[in-house]
Amino acid sequence: MNITGHDLILACSAIGAGLAVIAGIGPGVGQGYAAGAAAAAVGRNPGAKGDITSTMLLGQAVAETTGLYGLLIAFLLLFVQPLT
Amino acid sequence: MAHMMAVSHLLATSSENVDFMVHGLLKYRLFGQDLWITTTHVSILIVMLLLIIFFIVVHRKMKKKDPNEVPGGFQNVVELIVEMVDGLVSANMGKNAKKFANYIGTIFIFILISNISGLFGIRPPTADYGVTLPLALITFVMIHYNDIKHNRSGAFTSLLEPIPLFLPINLIGEVAVPISMSLRLFSNILSGTVMMALVYGLLPIFVKIGIPAFLHIYFDLFAGAIQTYVFCMLTMVYINDKLSDE
Repeated sequence: MNITGHDLILACSAIGAGLAVIAGIGPGVGQGYAAGAAAAAVGRNPGAKGDITSTMLLGQAVAETTGLYGLLIAFLLLFVQPLT
Repeated sequence: MAHMMAVSHLLATSSENVDFMVHGLLKYRLFGQDLWITTTHVSILIVMLLLIIFFIVVHRKMKKKDPNEVPGGFQNVVELIVEMVDGLVSANMGKNAKKFANYIGTIFIFILISNISGLFGIRPPTADYGVTLPLALITFVMIHYNDIKHNRSGAFTSLLEPIPLFLPINLIGEVAVPISMSLRLFSNILSGTVMMALVYGLLPIFVKIGIPAFLHIYFDLFAGAIQTYVFCMLTMVYINDKLSDE
């Protein structure tokens, strides 16, 4: 079986895409920490549940961004294939 | 071998059925450039027509209403939407709410309908970077227009704080705002679109009954609503940050 340079680049792009989505670890930890802190805050002050929830969602969405960058790189490597 | 092929064909369709890309529909030349009318243009037109028809109907119905009457069914729904937007804006912007409620309400309704339009079988317009980048650039222009209008020269000297050495870092911080806002909206909706395309394109037929409904609720409704809320919220927070009197 002959492996051309194009095949090699495709295979390496797939590996690179897999490595890029490891970025999902960070947002996972961050969002979990934010949700835990919000749960503790609701436990202390159940009256402020609405405010706490909206603040938590905003913070989690901002924390999610770095993971989405990794996902975007993976999509680019797999479907746009800029290196070939 | 042929038997094996038939079985594998029944269980999993090939990756050629996966389709979530933007397609060009119509090519034309303008100023020496090849340009395309894409599926994004079509789906954004569908969303816009839907909204325009809805607003014309609302306008017609509300014009005839007597303000002293008890509101009926349709009026209640419209008032609910307006009150929700007004409440959201005034909770975040305080005394500046009146100036920005119109804009925030407009982008809120547009992005929300765009995000959940995956439910109606069209490709969401916000899953195209050419839609989310202009939305974020409008926010960027609004931030700095209000900054200069409100702070005058303070808008420029604030770039030199705390010491003039921080100028490049402050500039990068300002430019990163529209990029991160547009990429956040874009990649959230794109990942939902890709997931749904993979589910519909790769899974065997008996998995496709009923199960995609839950995925649609999560990827289209939940993620779409959250991202709409976050986009409007960040716009308000950034603008209000520039309008505050220290």
